[in-house]
Amino acid sequence: MTPLTRKQIAWRAAQDIAEGQYVNLGIGLPTLVSDYVPAIREVVLHSENGILGMGGAPKPGEEDRDLINAGKGLTTLRPGGSFFHHNDSFLMIRGGHIDLSVLGAYEVSETGDLANWATNSEKLAPGVGGAMDLAAGAKEVRVLMEHNAKDGSPRLRKACSLPLTAARCVKRVYTNLAVIDVTRDGFLLREMVEGLDPDALQKLTEAKLALANDWKRLTAPLL
Amino acid sequence: MIDKRVENFAAALQGLKDGDTVFCGGFGAVGEPFALIEAVIAQGVRDLTIVCNNAGSGLVGTAALLQAGRARKLICSYPRSSDPQVIDQLYAERKIEIEIVPQGTLSERMRAAGAGIGGFYTRVGAETKLADGKETRMIDGALHVFERPLPGDFALVKAHRADRWGNLVYRKAGRNLNPVMAMAATVTVAQVDEIAELGALDPEAIVTPGIFVDRVVRA
Repeated sequence: MTPLTRKQIAWRAAQDIAEGQYVNLGIGLPTLVSDYVPAIREVVLHSENGILGMGGAPKPGEEDRDLINAGKGLTTLRPGGSFFHHNDSFLMIRGGHIDLSVLGAYEVSETGDLANWATNSEKLAPGVGGAMDLAAGAKEVRVLMEHNAKDGSPRLRKACSLPLTAARCVKRVYTNLAVIDVTRDGFLLREMVEGLDPDALQKLTEAKLALANDWKRLTAPLL
Repeated sequence: MIDKRVENFAAALQGLKDGDTVFCGGFGAVGEPFALIEAVIAQGVRDLTIVCNNAGSGLVGTAALLQAGRARKLICSYPRSSDPQVIDQLYAERKIEIEIVPQGTLSERMRAAGAGIGGFYTRVGAETKLADGKETRMIDGALHVFERPLPGDFALVKAHRADRWGNLVYRKAGRNLNPVMAMAATVTVAQVDEIAELGALDPEAIVTPGIFVDRVVRA
């Protein structure tokens, strides 16, 4: 069995982004998705700090310290892009104007509950940023995450053990092992990597996985 | 003649007192009014409630203000941004109260204060622990949380250019929370890079009209 790399998970998620969509990519793993959206598709990236039409990292000499992304890294604006203030930016998110929110997660439940903002750490202050706004407000929420936590514990759960970001919001999960949809009947396994069978994947997953009739092998190019 | 320009930072902060609620603009360091925040530290007020998106980075700006022990409470969405050494230490020692607010709710609560709205219902935060103790209501089949307005005593904002009427123009992603903060405080002070002649700012490009701004100071 060969799990996908982080870049390959991002590549797989990028293949599902449709022409013309307005998309917000969360910080961390979801940010990588922008590198792999097929060039033929015109997609408008939203950044919560007031940007539509965000481009990639600036080339040397093109850096502008007033132009950053949600992760506070330097970015660029594409032709057609625009700037606006926070109220308009979060109105876009909360008012259902963003077609797709791609988020990282600690856990997703079989009903689509998302936990991605707080651990149970007593040492570090929690921070929610725009995660609850995106999870509750975007037209569709998809999640990218490793299938299991570092200690091997499952992240696809019957119920989230960590504090919720929003209830019943996730539609699709991309992991290093599988692509799984959240349906009314729970998790539906759409794709899994070579060398893995449904029983083996079920052992790595707390909630029950139903197998789609037309399930496929999950493959990605070497990146 | 209307002239909101002030000569120095002491004049810009006149009337700021212990216990005030102070908005600090910015998303990360972009749009953060560093010079005004330094002036607050120099002025010496205490027991402030600071409202901002993050909690500053490194040892400058909002982080320096918090490190100086001037804030009793921090209201923000994401305190641990890049280099959060100050907030990490204050939190570990339980030396500051932190209220975490979803970013759009933070913005909308200030907008409500500026707009004379007594609060609003939002789906954001419903069924999470950030809704604990808050009134909820089903609206069109979805659970909503009631959020109260968040007014400030002082708003410290950063803009690129201003004129003597207090009209403000920003640069790129430097708007962020600054325009909404300017609307929601009793006294709004703008730190700007440049002050233009009245009439020199393109009226089509003014983001914050001067009605929301009380004082302008050049950094």
